Amino acid sequence: MTKLRLYLPLIKTLQTGLLLATGLAGYLSAHTAPSGWILLGVAGSLFLAISGSTVLNMWYDRDIDAVMNRTHHRPLADGRVSPNEALRLGLILSALGVGWGVAMSPLYGLVVFAGLFFDVVVYTLWLKRRTCWSIVWGGISGGMPILAGRVMAISQIDLVGVLLSMAVLFWIPTHILTFSMRYFADYQAARIPTFPSTYGFETTRAVIALSAIVAAASMGVAGVMIGVQAGFLRLMAVLSAGLLVLSFATVFRPSERVNYSLFKYASLYMLASMVLLAL
Amino acid sequence: MKPSPLSRLFLLLAALLAAWQVAIGIEGLERIPVLAYTVGFGVLLVACLLLIILGLEILESPVVVVVSTVIPLSLSLGLVWEHLAAWRTPYLLFVAAGFLTIVITRSLPLKGRLPTILLAVVHGVAGMVIFLLPSVLAAQGAARPGFALVGLGGALIGLGGLLLSFLKAGRPIVPRETILRILPALLLLMTAAFVAGFALG
Repeated sequence: MTKLRLYLPLIKTLQTGLLLATGLAGYLSAHTAPSGWILLGVAGSLFLAISGSTVLNMWYDRDIDAVMNRTHHRPLADGRVSPNEALRLGLILSALGVGWGVAMSPLYGLVVFAGLFFDVVVYTLWLKRRTCWSIVWGGISGGMPILAGRVMAISQIDLVGVLLSMAVLFWIPTHILTFSMRYFADYQAARIPTFPSTYGFETTRAVIALSAIVAAASMGVAGVMIGVQAGFLRLMAVLSAGLLVLSFATVFRPSERVNYSLFKYASLYMLASMVLLAL
Repeated sequence: MKPSPLSRLFLLLAALLAAWQVAIGIEGLERIPVLAYTVGFGVLLVACLLLIILGLEILESPVVVVVSTVIPLSLSLGLVWEHLAAWRTPYLLFVAAGFLTIVITRSLPLKGRLPTILLAVVHGVAGMVIFLLPSVLAAQGAARPGFALVGLGGALIGLGGLLLSFLKAGRPIVPRETILRILPALLLLMTAAFVAGFALG
Protein backbone atom coordinates (compact mmCIF):
# COMPACT_ATOMS: atom_id res chain seq x y z
CA MET A 1 0.00 0.00 0.00
CA THR A 2 2.86 2.38 0.86
CA LYS A 3 4.48 1.66 -2.50
CA LEU A 4 1.21 2.22 -4.30
CA ARG A 5 0.83 5.57 -2.55
CA LEU A 6 4.28 6.51 -3.80
CA TYR A 7 3.62 5.29 -7.33
CA LEU A 8 0.34 7.16 -7.76
CA PRO A 9 1.93 10.63 -8.16
CA LEU A 10 4.28 9.11 -10.74
CA ILE A 11 1.40 8.50 -13.12
CA LYS A 12 -0.18 11.98 -12.75
CA THR A 13 -3.65 10.57 -12.13
CA LEU A 14 -5.62 13.60 -13.38
CA GLN A 15 -3.68 13.92 -16.63
CA THR A 16 -3.75 10.17 -17.21
CA GLY A 17 -7.47 10.13 -16.43
CA LEU A 18 -8.20 12.88 -18.92
CA LEU A 19 -6.18 11.17 -21.69
CA LEU A 20 -7.90 7.90 -20.87
CA ALA A 21 -11.26 9.66 -21.19
CA THR A 22 -10.27 10.85 -24.68
CA GLY A 23 -9.38 7.27 -25.63
CA LEU A 24 -12.70 5.90 -24.43
CA ALA A 25 -14.55 8.76 -26.15
CA GLY A 26 -12.67 7.94 -29.36
CA TYR A 27 -13.90 4.36 -29.14
CA LEU A 28 -17.49 5.31 -28.28
CA SER A 29 -17.58 8.09 -30.90
CA ALA A 30 -17.94 5.42 -33.60
CA HIS A 31 -21.32 4.53 -32.08
CA THR A 32 -20.89 0.90 -33.04
CA ALA A 33 -22.45 -1.64 -30.71
CA PRO A 34 -19.93 -1.32 -27.88
CA SER A 35 -18.42 -4.49 -26.53
CA GLY A 36 -17.81 -4.45 -22.80
CA TRP A 37 -14.66 -6.55 -23.14
CA ILE A 38 -13.18 -4.33 -25.86
CA LEU A 39 -14.04 -1.23 -23.85
CA LEU A 40 -12.30 -2.78 -20.86
CA GLY A 41 -9.33 -3.65 -23.08
CA VAL A 42 -9.12 -0.10 -24.46
CA ALA A 43 -9.33 1.32 -20.93
CA GLY A 44 -6.76 -1.13 -19.54
CA SER A 45 -4.20 -0.92 -22.33
CA LEU A 46 -4.41 2.86 -22.58
CA PHE A 47 -4.19 3.27 -18.82
CA LEU A 48 -1.06 1.13 -18.70
CA ALA A 49 0.58 2.76 -21.73
CA ILE A 50 -0.21 6.34 -20.65
CA SER A 51 0.87 5.61 -17.08
CA GLY A 52 4.06 3.95 -18.34
CA SER A 53 5.03 6.88 -20.54
CA THR A 54 4.29 9.31 -17.71
CA VAL A 55 6.52 7.36 -15.30
CA LEU A 56 9.32 7.24 -17.91
CA ASN A 57 8.89 10.98 -18.46
CA MET A 58 9.21 11.57 -14.71
CA TRP A 59 12.19 9.24 -14.50
CA TYR A 60 14.07 11.18 -17.17
CA ASP A 61 13.04 14.63 -15.89
CA ARG A 62 13.77 13.96 -12.20
CA ASP A 63 16.63 16.49 -12.23
CA ILE A 64 14.27 19.15 -13.62
CA ASP A 65 11.59 18.28 -11.09
CA ALA A 66 14.09 18.62 -8.26
CA VAL A 67 14.80 22.30 -9.05
CA MET A 68 11.22 23.35 -9.73
CA ASN A 69 9.16 24.60 -6.78
CA ARG A 70 6.02 23.00 -8.15
CA THR A 71 7.54 19.53 -8.54
CA HIS A 72 10.42 19.15 -6.10
CA HIS A 73 8.26 17.13 -3.71
CA ARG A 74 7.55 14.41 -6.26
CA PRO A 75 8.63 10.93 -5.09
CA LEU A 76 11.44 10.65 -7.65
CA ALA A 77 12.68 14.20 -7.22
CA ASP A 78 12.93 13.93 -3.43
CA GLY A 79 14.36 10.41 -3.44
CA ARG A 80 11.45 8.43 -1.99
CA VAL A 81 11.45 6.30 -5.16
CA SER A 82 14.78 5.30 -6.66
CA PRO A 83 15.45 6.03 -10.37
CA ASN A 84 15.99 2.34 -11.17
CA GLU A 85 12.74 1.37 -9.52
CA ALA A 86 10.86 4.06 -11.50
CA LEU A 87 12.55 3.05 -14.75
CA ARG A 88 11.56 -0.58 -14.20
CA LEU A 89 8.00 0.43 -13.36
CA GLY A 90 7.73 2.69 -16.42
CA LEU A 91 9.10 0.05 -18.79
CA ILE A 92 6.86 -2.69 -17.39
CA LEU A 93 3.70 -0.54 -17.57
CA SER A 94 4.57 0.61 -21.11
CA ALA A 95 5.32 -2.90 -22.34
CA LEU A 96 2.13 -4.27 -20.80
CA GLY A 97 0.05 -1.45 -22.30
CA VAL A 98 1.48 -1.74 -25.80
CA GLY A 99 1.51 -5.55 -25.64
CA TRP A 100 -2.15 -5.65 -24.60
CA GLY A 101 -2.93 -3.19 -27.40
CA VAL A 102 -1.14 -5.23 -30.07
CA ALA A 103 -2.89 -8.37 -28.85
CA MET A 104 -6.26 -6.65 -29.28
CA SER A 105 -5.51 -5.28 -32.76
CA PRO A 106 -2.13 -4.64 -34.44
CA LEU A 107 -3.21 -1.23 -35.83
CA TYR A 108 -4.59 -0.17 -32.45
CA GLY A 109 -1.38 -1.34 -30.79
CA LEU A 110 0.66 0.61 -33.33
CA VAL A 111 -1.20 3.85 -32.54
CA VAL A 112 -0.78 3.24 -28.80
CA PHE A 113 2.92 2.62 -29.39
CA ALA A 114 3.18 5.80 -31.52
CA GLY A 115 1.75 7.82 -28.64
CA LEU A 116 4.27 6.32 -26.24
CA PHE A 117 7.16 6.80 -28.69
CA PHE A 118 6.33 10.46 -29.42
CA ASP A 119 5.93 11.21 -25.72
CA VAL A 120 8.96 9.41 -24.33
CA VAL A 121 11.53 9.45 -27.14
CA VAL A 122 10.70 12.48 -29.30
CA TYR A 123 9.27 14.82 -26.66
CA THR A 124 11.00 13.89 -23.42
CA LEU A 125 14.38 12.47 -24.42
CA TRP A 126 15.07 14.43 -27.58
CA LEU A 127 13.34 17.82 -27.74
CA LYS A 128 12.05 19.01 -24.35
CA ARG A 129 15.38 20.45 -23.21
CA ARG A 130 16.28 21.79 -26.66
CA THR A 131 13.31 23.68 -28.06
CA CYS A 132 10.00 25.12 -26.96
CA TRP A 133 8.47 23.53 -30.07
CA SER A 134 8.72 20.18 -28.31
CA ILE A 135 5.13 20.73 -27.15
CA VAL A 136 3.97 20.06 -30.70
CA TRP A 137 5.30 16.52 -30.37
CA GLY A 138 3.92 16.26 -26.87
CA GLY A 139 0.61 17.38 -28.37
CA ILE A 140 0.73 14.79 -31.14
CA SER A 141 1.36 12.20 -28.48
CA GLY A 142 -1.61 13.52 -26.50
CA GLY A 143 -3.81 13.08 -29.57
CA MET A 144 -2.94 9.39 -29.91
CA PRO A 145 -5.28 7.91 -27.25
CA ILE A 146 -8.39 9.34 -28.93
CA LEU A 147 -7.17 8.15 -32.32
CA ALA A 148 -6.38 4.74 -30.85
CA GLY A 149 -9.87 4.44 -29.39
CA ARG A 150 -11.41 5.37 -32.72
CA VAL A 151 -9.16 2.90 -34.57
CA MET A 152 -10.18 0.13 -32.19
CA ALA A 153 -13.83 0.77 -33.04
CA ILE A 154 -13.60 1.06 -36.84
CA SER A 155 -10.34 -0.81 -37.60
CA GLN A 156 -8.90 2.04 -39.67
CA ILE A 157 -7.61 5.60 -39.41
CA ASP A 158 -10.33 7.91 -40.74
CA LEU A 159 -10.77 11.67 -41.13
CA VAL A 160 -12.84 11.91 -37.94
CA GLY A 161 -10.06 10.23 -35.98
CA VAL A 162 -7.51 12.66 -37.40
CA LEU A 163 -9.78 15.62 -36.60
CA LEU A 164 -10.26 14.40 -33.04
CA SER A 165 -6.49 14.04 -32.67
CA MET A 166 -6.07 17.55 -34.04
CA ALA A 167 -8.60 18.85 -31.56
CA VAL A 168 -6.51 17.42 -28.71
CA LEU A 169 -3.24 18.60 -30.29
CA PHE A 170 -4.49 22.19 -30.61
CA TRP A 171 -6.24 22.09 -27.24
CA ILE A 172 -2.95 21.31 -25.52
CA PRO A 173 -1.52 24.87 -25.81
CA THR A 174 -4.56 26.23 -23.92
CA HIS A 175 -3.49 23.92 -21.13
CA ILE A 176 0.31 23.70 -21.35
CA LEU A 177 1.16 27.26 -22.44
CA THR A 178 -1.05 28.80 -19.76
CA PHE A 179 0.76 26.50 -17.35
CA SER A 180 4.20 27.57 -18.60
CA MET A 181 3.20 31.22 -18.09
CA ARG A 182 1.92 30.52 -14.59
CA TYR A 183 5.12 28.69 -13.63
CA PHE A 184 7.46 30.81 -15.74
CA ALA A 185 10.08 31.17 -12.97
CA ASP A 186 10.11 27.43 -12.34
CA TYR A 187 10.83 26.63 -15.98
CA GLN A 188 13.49 29.35 -16.11
CA ALA A 189 15.18 27.87 -13.03
CA ALA A 190 15.18 24.45 -14.69
CA ARG A 191 16.41 25.97 -18.00
CA ILE A 192 13.59 24.43 -19.99
CA PRO A 193 12.83 26.41 -23.13
CA THR A 194 9.17 27.42 -23.21
CA PHE A 195 7.12 29.61 -25.52
CA PRO A 196 6.99 32.48 -22.99
CA SER A 197 10.76 32.39 -22.45
CA THR A 198 11.51 32.12 -26.18
CA TYR A 199 8.89 34.35 -27.79
CA GLY A 200 7.52 36.38 -24.89
CA PHE A 201 4.13 36.40 -23.17
CA GLU A 202 2.31 38.38 -25.84
CA THR A 203 3.15 35.94 -28.64
CA THR A 204 2.36 33.01 -26.35
CA ARG A 205 -1.10 34.42 -25.66
CA ALA A 206 -1.72 34.87 -29.38
CA VAL A 207 -0.66 31.26 -30.00
CA ILE A 208 -3.06 30.11 -27.27
CA ALA A 209 -5.96 32.01 -28.85
CA LEU A 210 -5.23 30.73 -32.35
CA SER A 211 -4.84 27.15 -31.21
CA ALA A 212 -8.10 27.40 -29.25
CA ILE A 213 -9.88 28.40 -32.46
CA VAL A 214 -8.44 25.40 -34.33
CA ALA A 215 -9.20 23.05 -31.42
CA ALA A 216 -12.81 24.20 -31.15
CA ALA A 217 -13.28 24.04 -34.94
CA SER A 218 -11.78 20.55 -35.17
CA MET A 219 -13.96 19.32 -32.33
CA GLY A 220 -17.07 20.87 -33.90
CA VAL A 221 -16.43 19.48 -37.38
CA ALA A 222 -15.63 16.06 -35.93
CA GLY A 223 -18.87 16.24 -33.91
CA VAL A 224 -20.90 17.02 -37.02
CA MET A 225 -19.21 14.24 -39.00
CA ILE A 226 -19.82 11.76 -36.21
CA GLY A 227 -23.49 12.70 -36.23
CA VAL A 228 -23.69 14.04 -32.68
CA GLN A 229 -27.29 15.10 -31.91
CA ALA A 230 -28.18 18.76 -32.53
CA GLY A 231 -28.69 19.48 -28.83
CA PHE A 232 -25.30 18.06 -27.87
CA LEU A 233 -23.71 20.02 -30.72
CA ARG A 234 -25.31 23.17 -29.31
CA LEU A 235 -23.86 22.37 -25.92
CA MET A 236 -20.47 21.73 -27.49
CA ALA A 237 -20.70 25.11 -29.23
CA VAL A 238 -21.50 26.81 -25.91
CA LEU A 239 -18.52 25.17 -24.20
CA SER A 240 -16.27 26.02 -27.17
CA ALA A 241 -17.47 29.63 -27.02
CA GLY A 242 -16.41 29.71 -23.36
CA LEU A 243 -12.98 28.40 -24.32
CA LEU A 244 -12.63 30.99 -27.08
CA VAL A 245 -13.79 33.89 -24.90
CA LEU A 246 -11.27 32.97 -22.20
CA SER A 247 -8.50 32.46 -24.79
CA PHE A 248 -9.17 35.89 -26.29
CA ALA A 249 -9.41 37.39 -22.81
CA THR A 250 -5.82 36.23 -22.24
CA VAL A 251 -4.84 38.29 -25.30
CA PHE A 252 -6.88 41.44 -24.74
CA ARG A 253 -7.22 41.49 -20.94
CA PRO A 254 -4.23 39.48 -19.75
CA SER A 255 -4.04 38.71 -16.05
CA GLU A 256 -2.99 35.85 -13.82
CA ARG A 257 -6.65 35.23 -13.00
CA VAL A 258 -7.72 34.91 -16.65
CA ASN A 259 -4.72 32.71 -17.37
CA TYR A 260 -5.57 30.40 -14.46
CA SER A 261 -9.24 30.25 -15.38
CA LEU A 262 -8.37 29.23 -18.95
CA PHE A 263 -6.02 26.55 -17.62
CA LYS A 264 -8.75 25.07 -15.44
CA TYR A 265 -11.60 25.59 -17.88
CA ALA A 266 -9.64 23.89 -20.67
CA SER A 267 -9.62 20.61 -18.73
CA LEU A 268 -13.35 20.82 -18.04
CA TYR A 269 -13.92 21.65 -21.69
CA MET A 270 -12.02 18.60 -22.88
CA LEU A 271 -13.76 16.27 -20.44
CA ALA A 272 -17.22 17.61 -21.30
CA SER A 273 -16.52 17.43 -25.04
CA MET A 274 -15.46 13.80 -24.68
CA VAL A 275 -18.69 12.95 -22.87
CA LEU A 276 -20.72 14.65 -25.60
CA LEU A 277 -18.85 12.83 -28.38
CA ALA A 278 -19.43 9.53 -26.65
CA LEU A 279 -23.18 9.98 -26.08
CA MET B 1 -13.93 34.40 -1.23
CA LYS B 2 -13.59 30.72 -1.97
CA PRO B 3 -16.98 29.07 -2.40
CA SER B 4 -17.89 26.54 0.30
CA PRO B 5 -18.37 22.90 -0.79
CA LEU B 6 -22.14 23.44 -0.62
CA SER B 7 -21.90 26.55 -2.80
CA ARG B 8 -19.79 24.61 -5.30
CA LEU B 9 -22.40 21.87 -5.34
CA PHE B 10 -25.16 24.44 -5.97
CA LEU B 11 -23.15 25.99 -8.80
CA LEU B 12 -22.38 22.61 -10.32
CA LEU B 13 -26.05 21.62 -10.22
CA ALA B 14 -27.02 24.95 -11.77
CA ALA B 15 -24.41 24.38 -14.52
CA LEU B 16 -25.73 20.87 -15.18
CA LEU B 17 -29.32 22.11 -15.34
CA ALA B 18 -28.31 24.87 -17.77
CA ALA B 19 -26.42 22.30 -19.87
CA TRP B 20 -29.46 20.03 -19.90
CA GLN B 21 -31.65 22.93 -21.02
CA VAL B 22 -29.29 23.80 -23.89
CA ALA B 23 -28.94 20.19 -25.03
CA ILE B 24 -32.44 18.81 -24.51
CA GLY B 25 -34.84 21.34 -22.98
CA ILE B 26 -35.26 23.56 -26.06
CA GLU B 27 -35.48 20.86 -28.71
CA GLY B 28 -38.13 21.43 -31.36
CA LEU B 29 -38.47 25.22 -31.02
CA GLU B 30 -38.00 27.74 -33.82
CA ARG B 31 -34.52 28.87 -34.78
CA ILE B 32 -34.50 32.27 -33.03
CA PRO B 33 -35.82 31.03 -29.65
CA VAL B 34 -33.36 28.12 -29.79
CA LEU B 35 -30.54 30.59 -30.46
CA ALA B 36 -31.73 32.99 -27.75
CA TYR B 37 -32.17 30.30 -25.09
CA THR B 38 -28.84 28.70 -26.06
CA VAL B 39 -27.10 32.03 -25.51
CA GLY B 40 -28.93 32.69 -22.23
CA PHE B 41 -28.46 29.27 -20.66
CA GLY B 42 -25.01 28.95 -22.25
CA VAL B 43 -23.80 32.12 -20.53
CA LEU B 44 -25.33 30.84 -17.30
CA LEU B 45 -23.51 27.52 -17.70
CA VAL B 46 -20.09 29.04 -18.39
CA ALA B 47 -20.62 31.63 -15.62
CA CYS B 48 -21.35 28.87 -13.08
CA LEU B 49 -18.22 26.96 -14.14
CA LEU B 50 -16.09 30.09 -13.80
CA LEU B 51 -17.56 30.82 -10.37
CA ILE B 52 -16.55 27.31 -9.29
CA ILE B 53 -13.05 27.73 -10.75
CA LEU B 54 -12.26 31.29 -9.73
CA GLY B 55 -14.42 31.90 -6.70
CA LEU B 56 -17.15 34.40 -6.00
CA GLU B 57 -14.91 37.47 -6.21
CA ILE B 58 -15.29 37.52 -9.98
CA LEU B 59 -18.80 38.82 -9.35
CA GLU B 60 -17.13 42.13 -8.53
CA SER B 61 -15.46 42.32 -11.96
CA PRO B 62 -16.81 45.07 -14.25
CA VAL B 63 -17.30 42.48 -17.03
CA VAL B 64 -20.04 40.84 -14.93
CA VAL B 65 -22.38 43.77 -15.62
CA VAL B 66 -22.20 43.13 -19.36
CA VAL B 67 -22.33 39.34 -19.07
CA SER B 68 -25.25 39.40 -16.64
CA THR B 69 -27.18 41.52 -19.13
CA VAL B 70 -26.96 38.81 -21.77
CA ILE B 71 -28.96 36.31 -19.70
CA PRO B 72 -32.21 38.29 -19.20
CA LEU B 73 -32.03 39.85 -22.66
CA SER B 74 -31.68 36.54 -24.48
CA LEU B 75 -34.23 34.67 -22.35
CA SER B 76 -36.78 37.46 -22.75
CA LEU B 77 -36.16 37.54 -26.52
CA GLY B 78 -36.87 33.81 -26.71
CA LEU B 79 -40.12 34.25 -24.77
CA VAL B 80 -41.30 37.20 -26.86
CA TRP B 81 -40.48 35.38 -30.09
CA GLU B 82 -42.45 32.35 -28.99
CA HIS B 83 -45.47 34.06 -27.47
CA LEU B 84 -45.81 37.63 -28.77
CA ALA B 85 -45.51 37.31 -32.53
CA ALA B 86 -46.45 40.96 -33.17
CA TRP B 87 -43.58 42.20 -30.99
CA ARG B 88 -40.83 40.04 -32.46
CA THR B 89 -39.01 42.65 -34.56
CA PRO B 90 -39.38 45.61 -32.17
CA TYR B 91 -38.17 43.48 -29.26
CA LEU B 92 -35.25 42.08 -31.27
CA LEU B 93 -34.23 45.68 -32.01
CA PHE B 94 -34.58 46.56 -28.32
CA VAL B 95 -32.39 43.63 -27.33
CA ALA B 96 -29.70 44.54 -29.87
CA ALA B 97 -29.79 48.23 -28.99
CA GLY B 98 -29.94 47.53 -25.25
CA PHE B 99 -26.95 45.20 -25.32
CA LEU B 100 -24.89 47.61 -27.43
CA THR B 101 -25.80 50.46 -25.11
CA ILE B 102 -24.63 48.53 -22.06
CA VAL B 103 -21.37 47.51 -23.77
CA ILE B 104 -20.67 51.08 -24.90
CA THR B 105 -21.58 52.79 -21.64
CA ARG B 106 -19.50 50.28 -19.68
CA SER B 107 -16.51 50.61 -22.01
CA LEU B 108 -16.34 54.42 -22.06
CA PRO B 109 -15.33 56.44 -19.01
CA LEU B 110 -18.74 58.13 -18.68
CA LYS B 111 -19.54 60.14 -15.58
CA GLY B 112 -22.92 60.73 -13.98
CA ARG B 113 -25.92 58.45 -13.65
CA LEU B 114 -26.54 57.77 -17.35
CA PRO B 115 -24.86 54.30 -17.44
CA THR B 116 -26.79 53.21 -14.34
CA ILE B 117 -30.11 54.52 -15.66
CA LEU B 118 -29.63 52.79 -19.01
CA LEU B 119 -28.66 49.56 -17.27
CA ALA B 120 -31.75 49.77 -15.07
CA VAL B 121 -34.00 50.35 -18.10
CA VAL B 122 -32.57 47.43 -20.11
CA HIS B 123 -32.56 45.04 -17.12
CA GLY B 124 -35.93 46.26 -15.97
CA VAL B 125 -37.70 45.69 -19.30
CA ALA B 126 -36.10 42.27 -19.85
CA GLY B 127 -36.78 41.24 -16.26
CA MET B 128 -40.43 42.32 -16.44
CA VAL B 129 -40.91 40.37 -19.68
CA ILE B 130 -39.48 37.21 -18.11
CA PHE B 131 -41.54 37.66 -14.95
CA LEU B 132 -44.85 38.83 -16.41
CA LEU B 133 -45.21 37.07 -19.75
CA PRO B 134 -45.12 33.46 -18.46
CA SER B 135 -47.17 34.39 -15.39
CA VAL B 136 -49.89 36.05 -17.48
CA LEU B 137 -49.92 33.26 -20.06
CA ALA B 138 -50.25 30.67 -17.32
CA ALA B 139 -52.97 32.67 -15.52
CA GLN B 140 -54.98 33.11 -18.74
CA GLY B 141 -54.72 29.43 -19.55
CA ALA B 142 -52.79 30.13 -22.75
CA ALA B 143 -49.98 28.02 -21.32
CA ARG B 144 -49.96 25.21 -18.78
CA PRO B 145 -49.78 26.33 -15.11
CA GLY B 146 -46.23 25.06 -14.78
CA PHE B 147 -45.06 27.73 -17.21
CA ALA B 148 -45.49 30.26 -14.40
CA LEU B 149 -42.28 28.83 -12.95
CA VAL B 150 -40.41 30.65 -15.73
CA GLY B 151 -41.89 33.84 -14.24
CA LEU B 152 -40.60 32.77 -10.84
CA GLY B 153 -37.17 32.34 -12.45
CA GLY B 154 -37.56 35.87 -13.77
CA ALA B 155 -38.31 37.15 -10.27
CA LEU B 156 -35.25 35.34 -8.91
CA ILE B 157 -33.03 36.71 -11.68
CA GLY B 158 -34.27 40.17 -10.69
CA LEU B 159 -33.40 39.49 -7.07
CA GLY B 160 -29.94 38.28 -8.13
CA GLY B 161 -29.42 41.43 -10.17
CA LEU B 162 -30.46 43.54 -7.21
CA LEU B 163 -27.98 41.77 -4.91
CA LEU B 164 -25.22 42.18 -7.50
CA SER B 165 -25.94 45.88 -7.79
CA PHE B 166 -25.71 46.14 -3.97
CA LEU B 167 -22.31 44.47 -4.24
CA LYS B 168 -21.20 46.91 -6.93
CA ALA B 169 -22.43 49.90 -4.94
CA GLY B 170 -19.64 49.29 -2.44
CA ARG B 171 -21.85 49.94 0.58
CA PRO B 172 -24.36 47.13 0.32
CA ILE B 173 -27.53 47.12 2.41
CA VAL B 174 -27.01 43.39 2.85
CA PRO B 175 -23.46 42.42 4.01
CA ARG B 176 -21.10 41.36 1.20
CA GLU B 177 -20.51 37.92 2.75
CA THR B 178 -24.24 37.27 2.97
CA ILE B 179 -24.73 38.19 -0.69
CA LEU B 180 -21.88 35.93 -1.77
CA ARG B 181 -23.27 33.11 0.37
CA ILE B 182 -26.78 33.48 -1.04
CA LEU B 183 -25.93 33.86 -4.72
CA PRO B 184 -25.02 30.24 -5.58
CA ALA B 185 -28.28 28.98 -4.05
CA LEU B 186 -30.17 31.73 -5.84
CA LEU B 187 -28.53 30.80 -9.16
CA LEU B 188 -29.54 27.18 -8.65
CA LEU B 189 -33.12 28.06 -7.72
CA MET B 190 -33.39 30.42 -10.67
CA THR B 191 -32.04 27.85 -13.15
CA ALA B 192 -34.23 25.12 -11.69
CA ALA B 193 -37.30 27.35 -11.99
CA PHE B 194 -36.52 28.12 -15.62
CA VAL B 195 -35.83 24.51 -16.55
CA ALA B 196 -38.92 23.23 -14.74
CA GLY B 197 -41.05 26.02 -16.20
CA PHE B 198 -40.01 25.27 -19.77
CA ALA B 199 -40.46 21.53 -19.23
CA LEU B 200 -43.92 21.88 -17.65
CA GLY B 201 -45.13 24.81 -19.77
